[in-house]
Amino acid sequence: MNTSIKTMTEQPNRMKLNFAQLIRSPAFYPFVGLVVVTVFMIFASDKFLTGANLENIARQVSINAIIAVGMTCVILTGGIDLSVGPVMALSGTLTTGLMVAGVPAPIAILIGLLIGVGFGVGNGIFVAYLKMPPIIVTLATMGIARGLGLMYTDGYPISGMPDWFAWFGRGTLFGIQVPILIMLLTYFFAWVLLQHTRIGRYVYAIGGNEEAVRLSGVRASRFKLLVYSISGLTAAIAGLVLSSRLMSGQPNAGVGFELDAIAAVVLGGASIAGGRGVIIGTLVGAMLLGVLNNGLNMLGVSPYVQSVIKGAIILLAIFISRQRHK
Amino acid sequence: MSCLLQLENICKSYPGVHALKSINLSVERGEIHALLGENGAGKSTLMKILAGVEHQDQGSIRIDGAEQHFATYNEAIAAGIGIVFQEFSLIPYLNAVENIFLGHEIVNGFGLLRKHEMREKAIGLFDRLGVKINLDCSVQHLSVAEQQFVEIAKALALEARLLILDEPTATLTPSEAELLFDIMRELKSQGVAVIFISHHLEEIFQVCDRISVLRDGANVGALTVADSDIDTLVEMMVGRRLEASFPPKPTQARGEVVLQVRDIQLTRNGPHNSFNLHKGEILGFAGLVGSGRTELALGVIGALPVVSKDVLLRGQSVNLSDPAHALANGIGLLPESRKSEGLIVDFSIRENISLNNLGKYEGASHLLDRHKEDVTTEALMKQLSIKAPTCESRVLNLSGGNQQKVVIARWINHHCDILIFDEPTRGIDVGAKAEIYNLMRKLTEQGFAIIMISSELPEIIGMCDRVAVFNKGAIVNVLQASDINPQEVMRYATGSLNSEHLH
Repeated sequence: MNTSIKTMTEQPNRMKLNFAQLIRSPAFYPFVGLVVVTVFMIFASDKFLTGANLENIARQVSINAIIAVGMTCVILTGGIDLSVGPVMALSGTLTTGLMVAGVPAPIAILIGLLIGVGFGVGNGIFVAYLKMPPIIVTLATMGIARGLGLMYTDGYPISGMPDWFAWFGRGTLFGIQVPILIMLLTYFFAWVLLQHTRIGRYVYAIGGNEEAVRLSGVRASRFKLLVYSISGLTAAIAGLVLSSRLMSGQPNAGVGFELDAIAAVVLGGASIAGGRGVIIGTLVGAMLLGVLNNGLNMLGVSPYVQSVIKGAIILLAIFISRQRHK
Repeated sequence: MSCLLQLENICKSYPGVHALKSINLSVERGEIHALLGENGAGKSTLMKILAGVEHQDQGSIRIDGAEQHFATYNEAIAAGIGIVFQEFSLIPYLNAVENIFLGHEIVNGFGLLRKHEMREKAIGLFDRLGVKINLDCSVQHLSVAEQQFVEIAKALALEARLLILDEPTATLTPSEAELLFDIMRELKSQGVAVIFISHHLEEIFQVCDRISVLRDGANVGALTVADSDIDTLVEMMVGRRLEASFPPKPTQARGEVVLQVRDIQLTRNGPHNSFNLHKGEILGFAGLVGSGRTELALGVIGALPVVSKDVLLRGQSVNLSDPAHALANGIGLLPESRKSEGLIVDFSIRENISLNNLGKYEGASHLLDRHKEDVTTEALMKQLSIKAPTCESRVLNLSGGNQQKVVIARWINHHCDILIFDEPTRGIDVGAKAEIYNLMRKLTEQGFAIIMISSELPEIIGMCDRVAVFNKGAIVNVLQASDINPQEVMRYATGSLNSEHLH
């Protein structure tokens, strides 16, 4: 209203605003959840808070976290990608298989990544241009990718890659494990893409109101095609890391990974209906799942019980996020 | 005594809006009572209160003299009220019988459906209406009129004594409407009371006994059909609001033709339409709801597939096959339903305005320049006086008027110069309406060409330089300045003038 009042109250206001913004961030509650679970684990097990164990968690989380990057993009548009697990396995077996067959390593890796992107483009065409429901399209390509992987390997794991190939899954760079670096790099690129480019803005906009985007003269379909391609790419990157860590191309790898990725996205505060969520939240969600896995193992909780606990936590997380948006 | 429904002193306020001001209404048994009023006059609110969906702040509802308080829709139904909404509530995949008894199925002692009995009852209901309906096919394959009859039968199955029909004829052909009127008369003879909401004034004279007129949430009057004529009714509905709040129309001759649409045909066997749009003018698309105005606009910009069209932009033929082409050619559409088609309600003002012009802020690195975006957004907010705390406010929290301005800002920012406003002031309060009108006029003075689709007659009369009147998908006449008056527009829109006279 009047300027003197404004200047007087400006400073505290701004600080309040920042805190309010922090709370309003979709990643806030997931972060609180992560802290709570971590503190609980620290008290429950004295082996939890050791450098080795934390690094171990981060490395275990990396595969799911990388897949969840693409999944976040897809879910932000209001879609879903069930094909990521088998696409990851197919990409991993193809890369290792080609390498063993004598194809130069960089080309083998490139082909592995491209097959991931190819599946993503396929999903995108069916969803964005042929207007088929994403859950059906990716359910179908999920089966196709799994089958192709098994056909290619005849069902046996592939081994015999050069030793240096283990670098992607087990190596270190600047003292940090390579899978963790790849994960962080993927998140950085996704953050730039989603927060600072036109593409990111449209990803959110499509999830918010696709019809409004279309009527405002933006070709929404292109951007939908793109998010599925990104999802295929991140699945392929995860496939590279996994086959390197195992030093084997496993056609049966990644069963149920799509569900873990979706869980990470949702636990990270994104809305399954699209339009809401932040990429950093997905990382928090994946970490939360990782800490739970690790901690419950350390406490000697049976895997059967673990499954029940994780399911209950996901339900609770979605309940809380829905309450917030009322 | 014979009064079935008696409303006394019904008041209802929403935050900032006095929707109903002391409404009185009485409907007798065996009477067809017309409820008239423009869009926003309060008819829907009143009907929602009768249906138990909304609750009055004050006043009483009596049925057969007993005071009623409907907490829910079901309680209203139990009291004998049946409503056929404009949007049907039928399940498309079920047949007529299943729809009629939905939620009230007749079952035997084992909880199994008594299909034969329900079918018999349904046949009885349709006999009562005097119509024949195919009971075996799912209702999606029935005509709109037949679906409506199923809705009426559904209400009667629940023993409705007061039937409310909300613009039932809007989507019917004349012969289907006749059939509906026969049904209404039949029900009347059986002692059922009908409240009939319609914009077609002739229909009211054809079938109704008494008329109540609402304007701006207040009773303007109740009269018998015998005592009234179209002119009185139009006068009562429109009131003196016509002169107020509209900016003066320009006096000078209009500019050159910027947009020429020739022989656009939306559906096979549908009508061919042509029109021109001049620089600096507001061309109105008038007509009843469902007369095909929005569809034509969507067809022009390529948002809806068409059978054929020929669009010339400043004399140059252009191919507008999707809204992105239209945008590239400077044509923007402001959709009818702002929240579901125009805005991303979770987005901020800034993000909504820059939705289709992000390229402006993209640097060589393909990153968005947020500072530039903020500066532009704030300048536009100032220019259009969009009232909000900051440009980061979510549009969900804005008033209707400010939301509309956000959509306008989006197109101005993209340097569009042909704007199609679809119902630009729907759901906007009176003060903000005037602002939108002034804004539109200012735009035309700057050389914009505007098409305004509107179902509000005063708006059409007060704002438009020329008016294309639609009837059943066809432009039946284009009224020039001096001919634009409510009577002319209504005459063409309701088809009381035979379109043959025009050719």
